[in-house]
Amino acid sequence: MPNTRDIRRRIKSVKSTAQITKAMEMVAASKMRRAQQAATAGRPYGEVLNDVLVSLCDHIDEEAHPLLARRDVKKTLVLLLTSDKGLCGALNTHVLRDAALLDHQSTLFIALGRKGSAFLQRTGYRMIADFSLPDHPTSAQTKPISQLCLDQFLSGAVDRVTILYPKFINTLIQRPLHLQLLPITMERKSGETPSALASSTSSSRKALPDGEATGEYLFEPTVESVLDAILPYSFHFEVFQKILEERASEQSARMVAMKAATDNAKKLVKDLTLEYNKARQASITTELLEITTAQMVLN
Amino acid sequence: MSTLHLQIVTPEALAFQAEVSDVLVPGVEGELGILPQHVPFMTQILPGELRFHQQGKEIRFAVGGGFLEVRPDRVSVLTDMAMEAGEINEQEVLTEIAEAQEVIKANRLSKEELATLEDSLQRSLAKLRVKQRP
Repeated sequence: MPNTRDIRRRIKSVKSTAQITKAMEMVAASKMRRAQQAATAGRPYGEVLNDVLVSLCDHIDEEAHPLLARRDVKKTLVLLLTSDKGLCGALNTHVLRDAALLDHQSTLFIALGRKGSAFLQRTGYRMIADFSLPDHPTSAQTKPISQLCLDQFLSGAVDRVTILYPKFINTLIQRPLHLQLLPITMERKSGETPSALASSTSSSRKALPDGEATGEYLFEPTVESVLDAILPYSFHFEVFQKILEERASEQSARMVAMKAATDNAKKLVKDLTLEYNKARQASITTELLEITTAQMVLN
Repeated sequence: MSTLHLQIVTPEALAFQAEVSDVLVPGVEGELGILPQHVPFMTQILPGELRFHQQGKEIRFAVGGGFLEVRPDRVSVLTDMAMEAGEINEQEVLTEIAEAQEVIKANRLSKEELATLEDSLQRSLAKLRVKQRP
């Protein structure tokens, strides 16, 4: 039976751990609110942008712009989004498990977040760049990352660009998702995140007579100049949006993990207190027994 | 009379959405007006003034650069800034412009920073133009 002093010491240390995890939970909760807000604020914009691109692509063919052209995939560039710090549950583990399934020969990586770049170094994947961003990145800060992806794709170094990140579903659920970014495909986007806004716009499109929907489509000044502007723009925006989502996922996962840690610590304190009391009582009982025996011997 | 469904969105929020009877936007090739039943059309827009009539009342917005998509029954404006004329604080905009011009004159910025600043300066100037118009 452990003695009472050892148990007391353990209770104290578990209590101070609980205090730390509680504080981390609070910090993550407040960061999470901001990150979630940032991630959801851009959604209507993203939906309208997608909608515009979808209707645009009904009117132009695939070869109209290099960012739309499908090529034989020899090399794939994966943009891997993870967190910089740990203590966020299984978030990074899930994403990296998916990353580990990818082929070593034909896959290049750009890592965002220290966990991802450490994983790539450990497993011997080829990494061409790694970035680290603050908690609440701005679009100006993420632009160099998306620009690098664009350059790699346009120079022909890679034939496909994909992104692997923990998609933010809600505070409790984040799921790793692997999506193609380049060449830009429209089918995928139109099906993504249906919302009230998206459904209202699609229903208004259905209301059109067929002849008009497929009729001529004007561009000003020219098709090329409009595509040249909108396609890279939408790509930059999408990467930015995904990074914001990753941040929201990270903070939510951390808050949930820290809450679980705090609850476990509290349970442990309760169990230890019980054990402590038992040990204390046992020692009192033995002492009493000793005194009574000694007295009986004397008498 | 038929109407257009106008929606103005920015990366931060859905700035405006309603049925309107016409839209005037600052396109790259000059200002253009759109009425219901316009052919499908797409162009870029410049920072400037966007006007439309909602139930006979003229409403004015200051918008940043972006894109415009037109379909027979609706108009989508994607822009990095949208502010109704009434919400613009002239004093604030003037300070913004003065500060930006000061920094540009000092000329210590990297190319990217300068580009971002130029963009926001253009947006501020657009706001000012909209505000000062009678």
